Amino acid sequence: MVSSIPKDSQSVSELQEFYRQMVLIRKFEEAAAKAYSVGKIGGFLHLYIGQEAVGVGSIASLTPHDYIVSTYRDHGHALARGLHPSPLMAELFGKATGVSKGNGGSMHFFDKNAHFMGGHGIVGGHISLAAGIAFASKYRKEDSVTICFFGEGAANIGSFHEGLNLAAIWKLPVVFICENNHYAMGTPEYRALAVKDVSVRAYAYDMARDHIEGDEVRKVRDHVKVAVDRARRGEGPTLIEVSTYRFRGHSMSDPAKYRTKEELDAYKKKDPLMRARHELELGGIKPEVLDKLEIDIQTQIDEAYAFAENSPEPPLSQLHKYVYAEDK
Amino acid sequence: MAVLTYREALNRAMVEEMEKDPLIYLMGEEVGHYQGAYKVSQGMLDKFGEARVIDTPISENGFAGIGVGSAMVGLRPIIEFMTWNFSLVAIDQIINSAAKMNYMSGGQFPMPIVFRGAGGAGGRLGAQHSQAFESWYAHCPGLKVVCPATPKDAYGLLKSSIRDNNPTIFIESEVLYGSKGEVPEQEYTIPLGLGEIKRKGTDITIVTWSRALSFAEEAAVILEKEGISVEIVDLRSLRPLDENLIYESVKKTNRAIVVEEGWPVAGFGAQISHLIQKNVFSYLDHPVERVTQMDVPMSYAANLERMSLPNANRVADTIREMLR
Repeated sequence: MVSSIPKDSQSVSELQEFYRQMVLIRKFEEAAAKAYSVGKIGGFLHLYIGQEAVGVGSIASLTPHDYIVSTYRDHGHALARGLHPSPLMAELFGKATGVSKGNGGSMHFFDKNAHFMGGHGIVGGHISLAAGIAFASKYRKEDSVTICFFGEGAANIGSFHEGLNLAAIWKLPVVFICENNHYAMGTPEYRALAVKDVSVRAYAYDMARDHIEGDEVRKVRDHVKVAVDRARRGEGPTLIEVSTYRFRGHSMSDPAKYRTKEELDAYKKKDPLMRARHELELGGIKPEVLDKLEIDIQTQIDEAYAFAENSPEPPLSQLHKYVYAEDK
Repeated sequence: MAVLTYREALNRAMVEEMEKDPLIYLMGEEVGHYQGAYKVSQGMLDKFGEARVIDTPISENGFAGIGVGSAMVGLRPIIEFMTWNFSLVAIDQIINSAAKMNYMSGGQFPMPIVFRGAGGAGGRLGAQHSQAFESWYAHCPGLKVVCPATPKDAYGLLKSSIRDNNPTIFIESEVLYGSKGEVPEQEYTIPLGLGEIKRKGTDITIVTWSRALSFAEEAAVILEKEGISVEIVDLRSLRPLDENLIYESVKKTNRAIVVEEGWPVAGFGAQISHLIQKNVFSYLDHPVERVTQMDVPMSYAANLERMSLPNANRVADTIREMLR
């Protein structure tokens, strides 16, 4: 493992915060997986485990007035945005206290105040929504930037191309982040992508591009920040491909038999959490401190679990509520 | 009262609303420099500039999504589809994003967006450019569906649609763009969900909307000469639906027929027919009938197109049968 040792106390504490967020995501999802296996969570549950450094690093480059648009694999992005785990877990449980009041579920986390713009379940469909949010920022002459996450599977659908083209011709303040985890459900990238590196598609739209490995959280942050700053300066969108890996199947119902144990083990050696912890230790943080941090997070997750479990289901009157918004 | 064309009435509604609210913008193919493929946005680029009257490349899915995204953060887009035939490549954004955003977010994201443009069948445009899609959109909760038949209604309904905080499917009739009618000079709106009796009668109720209103009116004139008195209910919007207006009319006439431009199978007329038999069954002297387009894609051949489309004679014939 090639490690970048944090050199000063500021970069140590920064990395420690990133580590905290990544552990929070992992433990949240491990708890969610457990809840799913005992039937407390229904539907699909797509876990982010293994990809934590991408969401945490990317979102670290944003200010609170920037926007995030996510996919059906949205837990990690929401937690990295700073959303409290309790309403997120409650949403998974379909409870009234959920972040989308139980109407959304795993794939549809929304938090308007946090500028967390969903949780979208149609692959690639949200890419032009992100461009639309960025369009609104430009329309209002606000300097907010929108980050849009999607997988490499989304890069083949028309919505990707239309969204990128429109963002490019109008120089919209948006950063498109392709989290390439190498499998679109069970289809490996070599069977789906004519050109393996998604980021080179930026050339087709005269767009800035970048390509990075997604196991080093500070590196992700540094690269994404370049693109965010570019967008904020009015110089248009960037397409970034971040190479990453999901340790679990596509969803909880996928045993992931399309890949080998050797491949999975090789990627697990590049676990971004392990890496960050190793770097923190090299930077002088004692293992006991990190153990304590993990225990504290586990406590927080246990509380979120209990909160979700003890929360009421939505009132039946909610069935018809929200189909239409109140009049202006 | 001024006499305006249907397209002028729509133009006036958009211009007035955009003058009042800077959050409203118009986006679509050829809406700006070309002045609108059907000239509905004539003059608007000069008035509002390129920041608010925005030409797009041909990419319906993309710019529909831009509209939805911008509405999530409070803009009030009017998205023009050159024709509703092309909306099908954007239907994912309309149904999976616009219609559901408020619901699946637990009420966090109202969706003040209007999708509008030319719809309907006819004009020898062939199978891909000649079809009525209101039933598709009326199927989906979360959308409002508006289909005006006159310049006066087009103006008042478009203003209400623009002011509504929900995604509105506003289907204009391509054939009616040049039709003229009186439009009050004073500003007014027509609430969505409010139909209108376009003609009073006692023997049978025709329920209709958009261009099919003209078939109904023609049939009513033909039948009047035969002593048959037809009442015409113009729904104006399918979602929300003015159910009571239909029921009150049927209670009076005891017969109902739905006339629509679209296909029969799973068409909106089937829903109306169901509602009538469910809610005012005891008033009916005859099963509810429907006159629709034939259950085929549109042919280019003039005679086959004529045969496929509903028309006044088919309406009149069906009504004569019902009254026999």
